[in-house]
Amino acid sequence: MPVERVSVTAAAAEVIDRLRSAHGELMFHLSGGCCDGSSPMCFPLGEFRLGGRDLYLGDIHGCGFYMHADQFNYYENCHTIVDVVEGRGASFSLEIPLGLRFLIRSRIFSDEELADVRPVTAVDTID
Amino acid sequence: MAFQRPEFKEQYENYIGGKWVAPIGGQYFDNTSPIDAGFIARIPQSTVKDIDLAVEKAWEAAVTWSKSSPAERSMLMFRIADRIEENIEMLSMVETCDNGKGIRETLGADLPLVIDQFRYFGGCIRTEAGSVTNIDADTVSMEVHEPLGVVAQIIPWNFPLLMAAWKIAPALATGNCIVIKPAEQTPVSLLVLMEVIGDLLPPGVLNVVNGFGVECGKPLASHPDVKKVAFTGETSTGRLIMQYAAENIIPATTELGGKSPNIFFESIMDKDDEFLDKAIEGLVLFALNQGQVCTCPSRALIQESIYDKFMAKCLVRIEAITRGDPYELSTMMSAQASNDQYEKIMSYIDIGKQEGAELLTGGNAYKNPQYPDGYYIEPTVFKGHNKMRIFQEEIFGPVLAVTTFKDEDEALEIANDTQFGLGSGLWSRDMHQVHKVSRGIQAGRVWVNSYHIYPAGASFGGYKNSGIGRENHAMMLNGYRHTKNVLISYNKNKLGFF
Repeated sequence: MPVERVSVTAAAAEVIDRLRSAHGELMFHLSGGCCDGSSPMCFPLGEFRLGGRDLYLGDIHGCGFYMHADQFNYYENCHTIVDVVEGRGASFSLEIPLGLRFLIRSRIFSDEELADVRPVTAVDTID
Repeated sequence: MAFQRPEFKEQYENYIGGKWVAPIGGQYFDNTSPIDAGFIARIPQSTVKDIDLAVEKAWEAAVTWSKSSPAERSMLMFRIADRIEENIEMLSMVETCDNGKGIRETLGADLPLVIDQFRYFGGCIRTEAGSVTNIDADTVSMEVHEPLGVVAQIIPWNFPLLMAAWKIAPALATGNCIVIKPAEQTPVSLLVLMEVIGDLLPPGVLNVVNGFGVECGKPLASHPDVKKVAFTGETSTGRLIMQYAAENIIPATTELGGKSPNIFFESIMDKDDEFLDKAIEGLVLFALNQGQVCTCPSRALIQESIYDKFMAKCLVRIEAITRGDPYELSTMMSAQASNDQYEKIMSYIDIGKQEGAELLTGGNAYKNPQYPDGYYIEPTVFKGHNKMRIFQEEIFGPVLAVTTFKDEDEALEIANDTQFGLGSGLWSRDMHQVHKVSRGIQAGRVWVNSYHIYPAGASFGGYKNSGIGRENHAMMLNGYRHTKNVLISYNKNKLGFF
């Protein structure tokens, strides 16, 4: 089994379950830029149109996690952990009306992990 | 005058059709102040029905407003500016409470720039002229401008009133009606502004609807009767906004942030004078608005030959930043805008430490003794290299990433090695260098021997992933109107094809 690039905390998984029961299947896209940039956005599956330069990093609690190639350049060596905190983000991410905000925490991969890390997949090559 | 937390109503409503209207679903959310996490007011948690109502009322108003004269619209803008000026202290306190930024900034920058924006576009619309071209002896071509009708605007939380003004002023000036949604972290200041200026506006010309992005922002951005969407925020939502605009075949302008380089060349240290003092402040401006600025100079590039001496002076200035009560004019740094923003910034400080960047100062939360429940962070400086995440991702907090360069070529290479291209700064006493480097930077704004000044009339917008469109300049007028070509032939003879 390769080392996963993305994982999820128990608290975030519980929020994903709540959102999934309300909105159906979900997806995550890591945002960049100002305000709520650099935060994971949770959308109903298919709401956000993925493009040829978006990369699939793996699943978290049954949801695909995607990132633009420009951003991935700097995530290659990091394990990304999706957590949740109280807060009021401004974006179209689904958890915001609950008074919660998904958040990225990071851990640098060890050399051993890097040797066996899951390869990323370009979105347009996914069946 | 002593500044303090202002009084608010317990509950606000949406402003639709010139009236305060309760949300149709009857739901509200609590707005809090990041200064102390305390309650400010209940704010409408609107849904698609409220958006539909606002768009409908805006179109009713557009019948008359779209035919208003430039003189009438110009006068309205001047009256709005005057009214804001009469209430500048109250509005500054409201903005400080809602956003967490210090009164030093709201009174000294945010509100004066709001006023300036309305006066600038009031002047633009009154003085501009269209164009007429003689195509040939019998044919005249006229370019005539017409408003789009009803436009949607979604406002960020970092400069709630100023970013609203940047969008409202050109849209009103061109004769459009507006449905605007403030950010859910900072909704109250625009509502208080409507209490101040509402009576000046024809009913339905400017409508404010509050709520959460997915419940209220999305229905607004994707509404079939909206003719343009303007957005400031992050890239995922920016892409969604453009996706919805594509579905409706309407224009969208997006301002999506940056990771702005601030380049310091060795000639700044040639003298120990006012200019060197200004350059030191220029580096420390990463802490303005607690770093929550799209153009935050969050990457400092310092020429190797002056690094030790210049950085030592900068660190002294950073460590002299005063903390305390945001309502005191002497307080230089205040609260981050929300708990989740605070948590995100702290997670990036952690990433910087894990990546092996050298922590030069700060690196911790700041416990404000007066407001122990607020969201405060120390101004933080890391030294590292440009491939680190703290150099590449917008942290949107008081976190500066510093690196060095050898020469002009390397400075430009590092400056442009980013997915963004919004702001940038360069500091030099060498005129040739200034011109060469400013043209080499891939960004929509290059501040030369200055930073963080935003006069109306200086265009603002991004290259690369920083978005599409220009604000804060007369060219934005064309972002809010159609151009109709009326082509008139005086020749009575047919073309001859049929």
